[in-house]
Amino acid sequence: MFKTIKTSQLQLFAMLAAMLLIVVFFSIATDGAFISPRNISNLIRQTAIVGVLAIGMVFVIISAEIDLSVGSMMGLLGGIAAILDVWFNFPILLTVLVTIAAGLALGLFNGWWVAYQRVPSFIVTLAGMLAFRGILVGLTDGATVAPTSGSLAVIGQSYIPSGWGMSVVGLLCLGLVAKVYARRKARKHHGVQNQGAKFEYSKALVAVLVLLGLLFILESYRGIPTPIFILGGLILMASYVAKRTAFGRRLYAIGGNIEATRMSGVNVERTKMMVFGFNGMMVAVAALILTSRLGAGSPAAGNMAELDAIAACVIGGASLAGGVGAVFGAIMGALIMASLDNGMSMLDVPTFWQLIVKGMILLLAVWLDVKTKKAQ
Amino acid sequence: MTQPLLDMRGIVKSFSGVRALNGVSIQLDAGEVLSICGENGSGKSTLMKVLSGVWPYGSYEGEIFFAGNLVKASTIRDTEALGIVIIHQELALVKELSVMENIFLGNELGSFARLNDEAMHRRTTELLARVKLNVLPDTPVGELGVGQQQLVEIAKALNKNVKLLILDEPTSSLTTTEIDILLNIVSELKQQDIACVYISHKLDEVLALSDWVTVIRDGDHIATKSAAQLTQNDIISMMVGRELDELFPREEHDIGDVVLRVKHATAKQSGANRAQVEDVSFELRHGEILGIAGLIGSGRTELMQCLYGSYDGEYQAEVELEGQMVTIRSQRAALEVGIAMVPEDRKRHGIVPIMSVGRNITLSVLDQYSSWLGGVNEDKENHDIDDYIAQLKVKTASADLSIKNLSGGNQQKAIIAKCLLTHPKILILDEPTRGIDVGAKYEIYKLMFTLVKQGMSIIMVSSELSEVIGISDRVLVMHEGRLKGQFDHQGLTQEMIMNCAIKEGVANV
Repeated sequence: MFKTIKTSQLQLFAMLAAMLLIVVFFSIATDGAFISPRNISNLIRQTAIVGVLAIGMVFVIISAEIDLSVGSMMGLLGGIAAILDVWFNFPILLTVLVTIAAGLALGLFNGWWVAYQRVPSFIVTLAGMLAFRGILVGLTDGATVAPTSGSLAVIGQSYIPSGWGMSVVGLLCLGLVAKVYARRKARKHHGVQNQGAKFEYSKALVAVLVLLGLLFILESYRGIPTPIFILGGLILMASYVAKRTAFGRRLYAIGGNIEATRMSGVNVERTKMMVFGFNGMMVAVAALILTSRLGAGSPAAGNMAELDAIAACVIGGASLAGGVGAVFGAIMGALIMASLDNGMSMLDVPTFWQLIVKGMILLLAVWLDVKTKKAQ
Repeated sequence: MTQPLLDMRGIVKSFSGVRALNGVSIQLDAGEVLSICGENGSGKSTLMKVLSGVWPYGSYEGEIFFAGNLVKASTIRDTEALGIVIIHQELALVKELSVMENIFLGNELGSFARLNDEAMHRRTTELLARVKLNVLPDTPVGELGVGQQQLVEIAKALNKNVKLLILDEPTSSLTTTEIDILLNIVSELKQQDIACVYISHKLDEVLALSDWVTVIRDGDHIATKSAAQLTQNDIISMMVGRELDELFPREEHDIGDVVLRVKHATAKQSGANRAQVEDVSFELRHGEILGIAGLIGSGRTELMQCLYGSYDGEYQAEVELEGQMVTIRSQRAALEVGIAMVPEDRKRHGIVPIMSVGRNITLSVLDQYSSWLGGVNEDKENHDIDDYIAQLKVKTASADLSIKNLSGGNQQKAIIAKCLLTHPKILILDEPTRGIDVGAKYEIYKLMFTLVKQGMSIIMVSSELSEVIGISDRVLVMHEGRLKGQFDHQGLTQEMIMNCAIKEGVANV
């Protein structure tokens, strides 16, 4: 009966199980070094950039489009941030704002071609992939722009002071429980049937425990890395947008059946352009984190990052046919990819093997998805 | 006694319990033309799909003998090998390829490594001469007119040594000259002992061309008669000859002043030389159900698309809604002025299949629930969803179920709910009951009367004449893009509509 709910839950469980399997395997293989606080801190810091990119990408994929320009765009935006910072000594806040505005503009540019000029997004963003990289190399003359200022380093390299981190996570946990309570009350008020109280609260409890456990591990190293803090904020914001806003709803509808959505009076062109604009802003955030972490703007930065982002979305259950996908899934996908990278590096697996394994995992994930859908 | 070339015996074909064909038998000798007539949806196409192998042997009851042998086809290729070739209304040519490449597509001459272009070229020239098409074999098909493309299709069929040619509405998009050429070719094929099954709404062609005429109605074989004994009126009365029954729960309702006035509506695909809607003007009154009848391709749907802003070519119309001139260039604009539409193609234009029933229902009005930070107030939304699901009796286990799991009738009700949530003044229903079971049909009719009693005005496009007469207050008939007739429902018969929709001649507006 509740087929859709079941499959999405199944997918979630499969992903969590895969994650658990990866963690257990690498923990044993590395004699526990994989789950040391220092490594976990590193691992999720590595996830931050692909994670932010995946958030933007999953919106694009849900609307049944693709963005191949993300890697080059991240390189270009990172280069712009570095140039503003190093060459022009812009104050950090202005650098951030200008970079994000530039990201929005590039995204809207892509979106305009896709939505209003009806050029397939594959082509538009393939063109962007080439052109953005070209602009970057032209701007920087092919040289690295360095060193960036200490204030820019805060974005990618610092840690949140533990008092702040703990109180924010604490609030988050309280918020989670309060939300479950409020929803149950509202449903009761409207006469809608509630799921079992035990089930709903224990789900919230698991989330709280995971958050607190993560906080504990991170605090026992150096605290919450700032990029993760940013990623966390973006996850909350993007999940809200995808699930709770009219914009998000229309996005899924467009991916599910663009013609029917248009017939329903939705401005599908504008919505699509906004999706690309949003993606551009996410790329800008990722670019800021990247430049800050590298301490430099490099002409090769972000090479092939779009493929990581797409892979993360797809492993996280998004369908390239559109209409299906979730922010949380994409983040899990990014985490799985980063864990594989990190674990294999720790085990000194040669790079070529790492590529092969990642490729096969991607294939396997989609194959499983296709299989389970057919089995229905 | 000689065997007939084609002998279909007692063909029965059901789709999920609904009988589309109910024991149809036809016989045909080599060199004869048989026309099949019937209303839209009467089962003509299904019969041809059975004959051509689209529906494989075993998926229908009854037997088909071709040249004395039982046909056990499992694909179209099997029947083509026997010499049965169907040419569909929508031509199956690849526009980018040349005439020659199209004729030999899938049957190329030569070896795997190298095509024998010379032989194919020679053969194409011969075939083109047989169908009297004076073009070079290398001409890209896209450069030919529709009539010429039709002839290429026939040449392609001849290349497969066709013994029985099925033509499904071949002349619906042709000009008069093109039609004459095509009819001539069919007559010549007759001389060459090729049999032909001809499907057309154009009864003058039917009578001029055929030896036999078979009439099908609601899947039943009504009669097969020699064309020489028939008149157009005979055929029409056999096509519709059914009594109106209790299927249509007409309820009295008051009809008020004019609410919508459409003048000079014209619509044309860019690049086409024939307009799909040509200078159509009509009025709609408050609380009225206006039926629009006409054959498929007569411009009914396109006229509605102009009103709803969804026509994908060039169109213009003066639209006056409640005394105000309105311009409708998009679906959004239509909904804003108070015009909602339930589209003809439910799957393509109606539902978002993977979304839930509830989410589909509220898709047009999400802004109504937007609150702080653009968030959707889901409690308010769910309240409306439950309300409309109950009101329209949408049968679903839950509002959260994917809409694709619902039956056609319930999907249709959900789409109507989506339209009603926008509180339209005018509701357009394009083929509202197509592919829907009788029970759901009845409920939709009931609903329509409830709505007009509340003061809404409804335009209903339908191919089912009984429905048009049974539900509408007034009926417009369209023919080749123009408004050809206007009738009050009282005293209106299906024959009158059919006559108006099929026969060439003076308008009756």
